Formats: sequence, C-alpha cells, structure tokens
Amino acid sequence: MEILIVFFPLLAALISGFFGNKLGNRFSEILTSLFISISAVLSIYIFYNVMINDYNSNIIISSWISSGTLNVNWSIKVDPLSSVMLVVVTFISSLVHVYSIGYMHHDPHKPRFMSYLSLFTFSMLVLVTADNFLQLFFGWEGVGVCSYFLIGFWFKKQSANNAAIKAFLVNRVGDFGLALGIFLIFYYFGTVNYNEVFNSIPTLVSEKINFLGFNFGVIDLICILLFIGAMGKSAQIFLHTWLPDAMEGPTPVSALIHAATMVTAGVFLIVRCSPIYELSPLGLEIVTFIGMSTAFFAATVALVQNDIKKIIAYSTCSQLGYMFFAAGVGAYNVAMFHLFTHAFFKALLFLGAGSVIHSFKDEQDIKNMGGVWKKLPFTYIMMIIGTLALTGFPFLSGFYSKDAIIEFAYLEKGSLSNYAAAIGIITAILTSIYSWRLIFLTFHGNFNNKKLNINDLHDSSLVMLIPLILLSIGAIFSGMFFKELFIGSESSKLFWKDSIIFLEPLSTDHPPIWFLILTPSLITISIPLSYFLFLKKHFIIDQIVKTNYPIYVFLKNKWYFDELYDFIFVKFLKNLGNFFWKKIDNLIIDRFGPDGISNIVKKCSLYAVKFQSGFIYQYAFIMLLGFSLLLTFLIIK
Amino acid sequence: MFPILSSLIILPFIGALFLVFIKSTERNTGIKYVSLFITFANFFLSLYLWKIFDPSISAFQFVENRIWIEGFINYKVGIDGISILFIILTTFVTPLCIISVNSTTTYRLKEFLIAILIMETLMIGVFCSLDLVIFYLFFEGGLIPMFLIIGIWGGNRRVYSAFKFFLFTLVGSVLMLVAIITIYWISGTTDVEKLYELGIQENYQKLLWLAFFSSFAVKTPMWPVHTWLPDAHVEAPTAGSVLLAAVLLKMAGYGFIRFSVGLFPIASIYFVPLVYTLSLIAIIYTSLVALMQEDMKKLIAYSSVAHMGFVTLGIFTFTQQGIEGSIFQMISHGLISAALFLSVGVIYDRLKTRQIKDFSGLVNVMPKYAIMLMIFTLGALGLPGTSGFIGEFLVLMGTFKKSIITATIASVGVILGAAYMLWLYKRVMFGNLLKTIDVKKMVDLNKNETLILSSLATLVIFFGFYPEPLIKTYAVSIDNFINIFNLSVDLNLADNIK
Repeated sequence: MEILIVFFPLLAALISGFFGNKLGNRFSEILTSLFISISAVLSIYIFYNVMINDYNSNIIISSWISSGTLNVNWSIKVDPLSSVMLVVVTFISSLVHVYSIGYMHHDPHKPRFMSYLSLFTFSMLVLVTADNFLQLFFGWEGVGVCSYFLIGFWFKKQSANNAAIKAFLVNRVGDFGLALGIFLIFYYFGTVNYNEVFNSIPTLVSEKINFLGFNFGVIDLICILLFIGAMGKSAQIFLHTWLPDAMEGPTPVSALIHAATMVTAGVFLIVRCSPIYELSPLGLEIVTFIGMSTAFFAATVALVQNDIKKIIAYSTCSQLGYMFFAAGVGAYNVAMFHLFTHAFFKALLFLGAGSVIHSFKDEQDIKNMGGVWKKLPFTYIMMIIGTLALTGFPFLSGFYSKDAIIEFAYLEKGSLSNYAAAIGIITAILTSIYSWRLIFLTFHGNFNNKKLNINDLHDSSLVMLIPLILLSIGAIFSGMFFKELFIGSESSKLFWKDSIIFLEPLSTDHPPIWFLILTPSLITISIPLSYFLFLKKHFIIDQIVKTNYPIYVFLKNKWYFDELYDFIFVKFLKNLGNFFWKKIDNLIIDRFGPDGISNIVKKCSLYAVKFQSGFIYQYAFIMLLGFSLLLTFLIIK
Repeated sequence: MFPILSSLIILPFIGALFLVFIKSTERNTGIKYVSLFITFANFFLSLYLWKIFDPSISAFQFVENRIWIEGFINYKVGIDGISILFIILTTFVTPLCIISVNSTTTYRLKEFLIAILIMETLMIGVFCSLDLVIFYLFFEGGLIPMFLIIGIWGGNRRVYSAFKFFLFTLVGSVLMLVAIITIYWISGTTDVEKLYELGIQENYQKLLWLAFFSSFAVKTPMWPVHTWLPDAHVEAPTAGSVLLAAVLLKMAGYGFIRFSVGLFPIASIYFVPLVYTLSLIAIIYTSLVALMQEDMKKLIAYSSVAHMGFVTLGIFTFTQQGIEGSIFQMISHGLISAALFLSVGVIYDRLKTRQIKDFSGLVNVMPKYAIMLMIFTLGALGLPGTSGFIGEFLVLMGTFKKSIITATIASVGVILGAAYMLWLYKRVMFGNLLKTIDVKKMVDLNKNETLILSSLATLVIFFGFYPEPLIKTYAVSIDNFINIFNLSVDLNLADNIK
C-alpha cells in the first residue's frame, strides 16, 4: 500500500506529462486529482493504522548506489513521523490539485502544470519516506527542481524565471551544507542508513574534528551542516531570500510548496535527526537562535509589505522560525504539531489569497483592493478563519500549537530559551497585526482599484471553494483534535515512540496562569487595535512612518538582504569569472603558452627566410665562415 | 578463441577502407548508411562483449598477445571492468555522431566519415591496449583525425584552433614517449600486466609520473593547459565536438587510472597535493569562466573542464568511492556532454549562430527540444535521479575521506555548476521569442534528432535511478585495483623502514 501512495503521484505525473496534450486538459486534471486523492485516502488509512495499531514498516524497493561500504537502497519507511508527513503532503496536495482546476482555468499549459504538481508530490513523498540520508537528498533536490519548474511556470515572465533560478541556487547553497553533513556521517559511520547511524551516534560524543581551521565536536558539526541544509529549504534567515521571490509562481504552487509542504522539509529533517541533535547542545542552540531570529525578522518585514502573497510568504518564513525554535528547545513533537496545523491554515490563507487575486483579475497589491467583503463573502470568511488560526486565536488550531511552542520555550531551562519565549510572544503580536492589516486593507475600507468595477467582482467557482472549506475545517479543528496525540504528556510513549528521541522527557510542569493568558489576550487585543490603526485612524500610521522613516525604508527593503547578496556574490563572482577568462586564460596562459610558442617559431622561421636570400656570394661566405670555424675548433682541440 | 577485441578495433578501419573505394554520389546517403551500418555492428559487438564479460574476475579478459617486434613490442590487448565501459561508450557515441551528420550539406562527406571511423578504431584501441607502446600509438594517433576534423571541417578560426590543439597535445606526448622508452630501458618490457607485477623502482617513479602526467593533463584537460579545449570545441563541427568531449577526454582519465596510479603508486601519493590543487582550480575557476561565456559551445566546453576536475580529484583519492565515482562521472559526462553538444548543434543547424544573445524563448516554438535540453541541463548540474549526480557525489564522498577542505571547496563547484547551466537554459529557452528569429526556421526536433537525444536522455535518467549495471561491471576490478595499490604502497613503506 505504501508503494501505491508513493507511486500513484509519479504515475499521474508521467501520464499527464507525456500524454496530457493528446488526452485533453480535462482528462489530465481529473486523472492527477484522482490519483493524488487516492494517495491521500491511503495515507490517512496508514496514519490511522499507525495511530491505533502501532503499524511500522520499511519496504526496500531496490538497490540504488553501492560502492565499497556504501550501500543505498530505494526504500519506503513508515513510522509515526513519516505517517504524519504522508497525511499532510497528500491531503494538501490533493486539495491543491482540485483547486488548480479552477485557478488555472485560462492557462494553455494545464497538463504540464498538473504534471509538475504531481511530480512534486512524488518527490516530497520520496523525501519523507526515506530510510537513509541519500534518498532524503534525492527527494530534497527533487522537490527543489519541481519548485524551480513551478516558480518559472509562466516562462514568458522574466521575473518568474529569475525567481526560479534564485530559488534553486539558494537552495543549492543549503544543499551544499546538507551534502557535507552526509559526507561527514558517512566518514564516521560508513553508512548513511538512519537506523544504523542513530544507533551508533552515542559512540562519537567526545570525538573532535578540525573543520576549516576550527575545532568542532563531530556531532556538533554534523548538526550544523545538516541545519544549513534545513535553512535553505525552510527559508531561514540568511537563506530566506528565495521564498518571497518564489511568489512569482502560480498561487496554488505557493500554497502547496511554499507554505504547506516543501518548506517544512527542513523542520522534518531536524525532527528526523532528533537522536543526533539531542546529543548536541550547541547544535540545538544554533537552531533555536536562527529560528527565533527568523520568526522576528520575517514578521517585521511582513508589517510593511503591500503584495498580498509576499505578506503571507514572510508570514510562512516567520512560522517556520517558530517550528525551528520549538525543535531547538527540544520540543520536536511540538514542532511537528505546528507543522501539521500550519499546513492547514497557511494553505487556506494562500488559496484564499489566490481566490482574491483571481477575482481581482491578477491584482496582488493590497493598496489596490479594499471594501469588497460583501462581494466576496465566502472568500472573506475563509480568510478570516485562516487569519484567526494563524494568529493563535483561542481554540483554533494555531492557538494550540503556537502557544505550546512558547510555553515549552518558557519551561526549558536553557540559556536561550527564555529569551526565545519573549521573542515568541512579541512575534505573535506582530503576526496578529500584519495579518489583520492584510484582512482590513483587502476587504474593508474603500474600493481602491481603478481598473475594475466593484460590481464585476464575484466569488470564485465551486471547484476552488470546496478545497477551501476542507482546509478551513482543518484550520479550525486540527489543533483541538490532535493536541493530545501530538503533544500530550504521554505522546512520546503512545504515539511517537522511536521516531523521535528525547534524551530527557519533556517537562510536564505548567507555566503560571498569567503566562498562559498573556499571548492569547495580547493577540485578541491587537484585532481592534489593527482595525483602529489601519482603517479608522490611518494618519497615526502615516505619522509613525514619517517619524521613523529610516526604519520603515529598512523594513520595506527587507533588511537589504537582496542588495547585499547581489553585491557580495552575484556581481563579485561575475567579475571574477570575467577576470579569469579574459585576463588569465586569454592574456596570460594563451599569450605565453601556445601563441607564445608559435610566435617564437614564426620569428625563427623569419630569420631562416632571410638567410636563404638566393645570392651565391652570401652562401659562399657562410660556407667559408663555417669551414674556418670548424677548422679552428679542430686545431685547438 | 575468436579475437573479439581485435575485431572491435579493426572493424571501423575496414569500414573506412571500404568507404575509400565508394564513389561519392550527388546525394551521399549511401556513404552515410554504410558507415552507420558498420558502427552499429560494432556497437552490437561491444554489447555482446559486455554480455560475455565476467565481472566477477579481476584479471584481464579476452587477452590477445601477438609478437610484433621480437623482444620489444607485443600487440597485446585485453579488458577488465574498468575499460569495457569506455569501449561501449565509444561504440555507442560514434553512430550517434554519424546520424547527426547532415548528409546533404556537409563538405567532403566521405572523407569526414572516414576520419570519424578511423577515430573510432583508435579510441577503442586506447581502451584495450595492454602494452605501453601500443597504447602510445593509439593514444597519439587519435590526435591526427581530430586535428583534421577541426582543421578541415571547422569554423572560421579552424586553423588556429587545430594548431593550438596540436601544439598542446604534442608537448605532452613527446614527454610520454620518452617516459615509455625509459620504462623499457629500466624494466625490459612494456607489457602492462608484467609491469604491474614487477613494479617500478621508487627513484624513477616521480619523473616518469610527471612525464605521463604532462600528457594526460593536457588531454583531460587540467588547468592551466585547458585553453585549447574551448577553442577546439567552438571551431569543431558538431560530430567532432561530441567525440572530443564524450570520448577523447576520457582517454586521459582512463590513462590516469591505468598508468599513472597503476604503475607509479608511490609517485601518485607524492603528487596528490598537486593534483588536488589543479583539480580544485579547474572546478572553481572554470565554472566561473563558464558563467560568463557568450558562446554556448564555449560554455559547455568550460563546464567539461570543471567536470573533468571532479574526475581527477576522485582518481587521486585512491578510495573505492573516489575511483568508482570518477569512472561513473566519466561515463555520465560522456553521455551528457555529447547530448549537450548535439543540442547546441540542433539550433546551430537552424540559425547558424551559437551566441546566447541571439536566442530567447525557444520553448515557445520547440517544446520537444526544451524537454530534452532540460534533462541534460539537470544532468549536467548533477541532480539526483540523473547519472550526473552519482559520479559527483561518490567522488566528493571519497575526497571527504582524504581531505575535508578539498571536498568542501569542490562542493562549491556544484553550486556554480547549477548557476551557469540554469542561467544558460533561461537565456536560451525562456522568455519571449526574439523578433529577429525566423519562426519558420526554428522547427522542433526532426526524427533523427529526436532519436539521438531521447536515447541519450533515457540513459541519463536510467543510470541515475538504476546505476547497478555499470557498478556491477567495474566493482570487482576496482576493488582489486585498490588492493594492489595499497599493497605496493605498504611494501614500499616496509622497505623504507628497513
């Protein structure tokens, strides 16, 4: 059955990719959606089995690479951790497939689009069901390349092509770290199989290694390198720049890849490697630090953006930061819980935003929207649900997972964790403000679009709305339903078992009551506050912007990361390439190499030409000269 | 026993002789079919060879030993798991080259095909020879048809490029000849198998190693003797570029394994820092240069230098992963670079230009071509699931065992590789179709082109997912090769201690 789950999407991708044009658009739409849905149903069944019957399996399909002691198989591993991912991936993916039927209605390349989506789903499934690091790496780069295809799907748009390349390259930088981590693992363990590595990891606790002139503990270094990979894929600060640009792709893609599934692969990797991370306090601190920095940074940037998708993209960045610092304080299961709930409400927000964009005829700037909540009532409600869940409004899904993260950070006794808890609360408030700003500017106030008539706007078609309903159910109830299973005090024994290792059991204390109330009340207060600021008394915001103009510009330009990277890497490397080519290759090597030799030969032959003048007296003179020289030489000898 | 290796070597040559006596006609298709028939026959013969080849034996198989000059040179050929794959690569790529030749427009088609057939004979000879002199003859003989292919059928600057190619390779080959004579003088034989047994005295090894190295380094090509390659590629006709990239460069990589490491283990270890440094420069430096190229062929030529950098790196790790990775990388690069040069040939045929800026948005008119080129682009940048990944990854794994810093720097090359390949693809394929391009000329792939490119694409993906057939063929041979290597190094160490 696991085999069916993984290979149905591949089959769908191949059929739709190769025969889609012959079989018709409608056919490939239905085929891919159907196949992925079957996959989703089977995944839910597996998840149920894991939950109730402790189902576990590790199927080996065939051998992939073998070289010396290296033996890598194609495999499908089902354990509690991968079963959760299976459900998230296939469930969201099937809804996005259905939604795309409506959203891509006018696109001439529908079979290609559906094929990419299915191919992505396949790669993601290969990633989460790997039983070794190399297959994980296959899926890791596989989803990267699918993301490249899909971001650049509208290939006539230069900005989309550039964003696609940027996404792939920034991810490659992360993959570079991941690959080095895998090399290091192979170097010390002689294997890349999860179980074998995890079983022998404690033997390396005191091992040291010199890397680039620094002395590291081996385990620390493995953790850092793997985390670099996770940072690339999950768009953490320094390697986040590709994610906002990736919004050039069609919106269903943003929902599936850049919100619910691919970007969470980094979190999955850290959780999967919990046996390694548990032994590396330094590694965990770095994860926490980067996670909370990203959460805060992305939230500040999201405050001032005007592109509806970019706001949500930065919000994704920020939420991924939450997941990382949850993992960093050792609460891996809470990280997974937030991953799980986030998939629902973020996909909902993106698809809702897609519905808005669709209604506004591809307008994405929220300054050009407004006042349409009566025209798009359904989308409006969906977006409100998504926003409430995201901000952690009491009893919706985000409330359970996000507050749990902040609580665990508070309870953890590490040096960073209290700090992380504080940042977590501040970020939660910022999240609430930017999310409500989006809602108010998009749906309330005056209608600001000059190109469209407000009466022409209407809600999207049913095929786009049904996925929204399903997702909204998830966004509302998934927290409540699965709280005990994922993060209950017995969850590690009852559900996660060996798939997540806790060196010490998580603290079961409860934080003080004031702390529990603090976050929900703050985010609830920020709803009327945002309403007041962004709609009623807009001049206050203008005033704030005016007085703090430099900060505003700084945020507006996303902390100048893009400009900095462009200057340091892109321009520098291009100049260096030109220098190597034009100066060293052409001017030095060729000039003194082949061209130099041929010049010398040419000159010599020119002299030789002069020599052969054709005048007898010259020849006779030379002969005489030579003869006398020879004679002298003989006599002296 | 049926002399199967000699048949493989001689068959294309007979074909070439046959062509000499055929009269050129107006349409020339006859000549093309004859040479196609011969090369395909050779391909199937090599497949048969692969089938009857026993991968579980590490010794040389199908050995033929004939006395040529009493007590001096023997014509000795034989194969093991390392060489057989290169032979198949050669016999596979040659017919593809011939299919790609446009029989109606090529100038002096008959002579061109003769050159290619003779080239095939020499290339197969290189991978079979078990005698240094025979090897030398085949290895350097390959220079001549290639020189002619570039010099006669090349582009505008063909003469300059041909001479540059000749000059570079000549310097190396003279030194290698001297080294071979020296070896005969020291050991009294040029038989490779015997030399493996006898070993070569330590004090001679370093100089001899350098002499061989100078020849192989030029052909690989390694930095800084790589500058002939871009010029040669740019000027060579498509079929010439393909042979050059797919097979000719691999002769040097093969030579490094068989002779440099095999015959001079002590010197090989001694010179590891040199090889690592040059390989790293090749990987990083040429990747950056490739990034800035404006001519597609030049870009791919520079990327070949970078990819061959991984090969030399892997060989000199002396680890199983490293050497196996190198061989895999060579086979895979043979397929991918051939495919890339053929792909450039496809659009060059249509528009007579290779400048990147003359193209844009080709995906609009050539969807089939777009898919093919994407597969090869992904293969070239080493995406898992293509054959390009496995070689690169194994090489880096092997290198990591020996030198962490080297592996780290080389891994940066993987990022740069993605950069120049994707940027190339974007500029040529995506965006809007340029107004200057005549749409009628830019028709999608025809039947021949589809056949060639799709067969290459299939292999690139197939070996990416299931490399087992290749791995099984060379595993035992390499295992044995490394054991012998370690043994002789250990013996030498023991001697020194005494």
